[in-house]
Amino acid sequence: MASVPSVNDAILVADDIVVRFETPEGAITAVDNVSLKVRPGEFLSVIGPSGCGKSTLFNVIGGLLAEHQGVVTVAGETISGPHKSIGMVFQEESTFPWRTVTDNVGFPLELVGMPKAQRIERARHFIRMVGLDGFENRYPGELSGGMRQRVSLARTLASEPKILLMDEPFAALDEQTRLLLGDKVLQIQQQLKQTTLLITHNITEAVQMSDRILVMTYRPGKVKRIVDINLPRPRTSEIVGSEAFGRYVAQIWSDLREEASRGMQDEEKHALEHPSTAS
Amino acid sequence: MTIAAARQPGPRFVPPALVGMATLLVVLLIMELLIQLNFISRFIVPPPSEIVGSFGRVIVEEHVFTRFLLTLGECLTAGVMLTVFGIAGGVLMHRIKLLQQACETWVAAMAAAPLVLAYPLFMVIFGRNAWTIIMMGFFAALPPVILKTIEGMASTRKVLVNVGRSFNLTPTQQFWKIMFPAALPTIFVGVRLGLIFALINIVGVEFLINYGGLGQLINDLAERYDLAGTYAAICFVILVSVLFFMTLEKAERWLRPID
Repeated sequence: MASVPSVNDAILVADDIVVRFETPEGAITAVDNVSLKVRPGEFLSVIGPSGCGKSTLFNVIGGLLAEHQGVVTVAGETISGPHKSIGMVFQEESTFPWRTVTDNVGFPLELVGMPKAQRIERARHFIRMVGLDGFENRYPGELSGGMRQRVSLARTLASEPKILLMDEPFAALDEQTRLLLGDKVLQIQQQLKQTTLLITHNITEAVQMSDRILVMTYRPGKVKRIVDINLPRPRTSEIVGSEAFGRYVAQIWSDLREEASRGMQDEEKHALEHPSTAS
Repeated sequence: MTIAAARQPGPRFVPPALVGMATLLVVLLIMELLIQLNFISRFIVPPPSEIVGSFGRVIVEEHVFTRFLLTLGECLTAGVMLTVFGIAGGVLMHRIKLLQQACETWVAAMAAAPLVLAYPLFMVIFGRNAWTIIMMGFFAALPPVILKTIEGMASTRKVLVNVGRSFNLTPTQQFWKIMFPAALPTIFVGVRLGLIFALINIVGVEFLINYGGLGQLINDLAERYDLAGTYAAICFVILVSVLFFMTLEKAERWLRPID
């Protein structure tokens, strides 16, 4: 049984979020009455099959999607757009190719008018934190996909957000890099006591990192279950070989399997009905 | 292509510039041979050796440096104007969708129009002076800069815009810190195309209205049937073009050191 924090305990609260989209085939409810609460310092993952509205929820909480019902509050303050307390890491590669690693990471510091010398020093602190020492003067085009995602993470951390919001940040990476970057994120999260909300469809990643996992249903995206992950901390990727880890993965998969099957059937049906749009 | 791949050197100890020069020399040698063996009439194309030999005469007798500087100055003025107004026009059209929908087709049509034929109208408006030439170069070169600026702005990746939004950027910050640098490579393609159009039109109008510059020199020498001198003058036009492209490349590397 999951332990649900009270509103007073929570630093981030999403209450009764509903998002509907108009499509040529009619209105679609992408997110349906989703509520969640995140405690300070907690690592919460939102997991669900493709098309369950995870990224829509990410955009709502990040303030990038204004058209929704329900309320998002950060430390009791209702937010109606991007908020300085929330730092976002995106699924797609989002470094600025025209800036060096240092200038990318120093971007939020530049926005607040921090003097250059101080900015560089501060940026280097976060570059070291994500393990990219020695690459300070490189451009993103000279780095691998995993390194670029670390630059994006360092850039977001440099703005010192109260809440780190990540949308499948390792989705484009191979499994090994993903596990190792998971270690890095865990290490940083534990070092900074960073409240983190991770959107993912990867069960291993979610169990490896989270204190709690919110499982969503396939369209419309609703909360199916919240699972407490009582694995010891500090954790590393070595934990994926443990028996307890396997049990959590099996438990989450049994919840997700039905939803993923529904999603697949829905896609097949859509492909049959609209052959020209099937990929 | 990745940067690492782009930076891969070719075969060792053979710099690309040397290969380029060698290729040019081979082409010139083949031309020389074909002309000397009468496969190509020397009354149509003079041998490269004759063209090279006429450089000294053209430089001394035809005041080529003054003409070179005049054409260069006209190109520079038109280039600065088309960069400033072309980019501003493109940004404006990208921002105001109605303006873009209303005018983009016209701008594209203008790119294909032989504006050089409108030189009498420009002479009536600006008089027989350098401004007629500059303005003709400017107008003929404007469409590619506008169109490529619109394209560059529109193709800025949405995730970069969202990064800006997540950091609460103001619209001005969003433009200068994200949209503009992201669009720069495409804008530079437009400016390059624009400069080609400008140079062609500037030299063409100098040729037509007989008002100084390298274009007039080409006209004079052609009318005197000094073929070697004509081709030597064309080489100076190419030099103007080379100078512009080298400067532009430096500017692009300065603004976008790496992609």
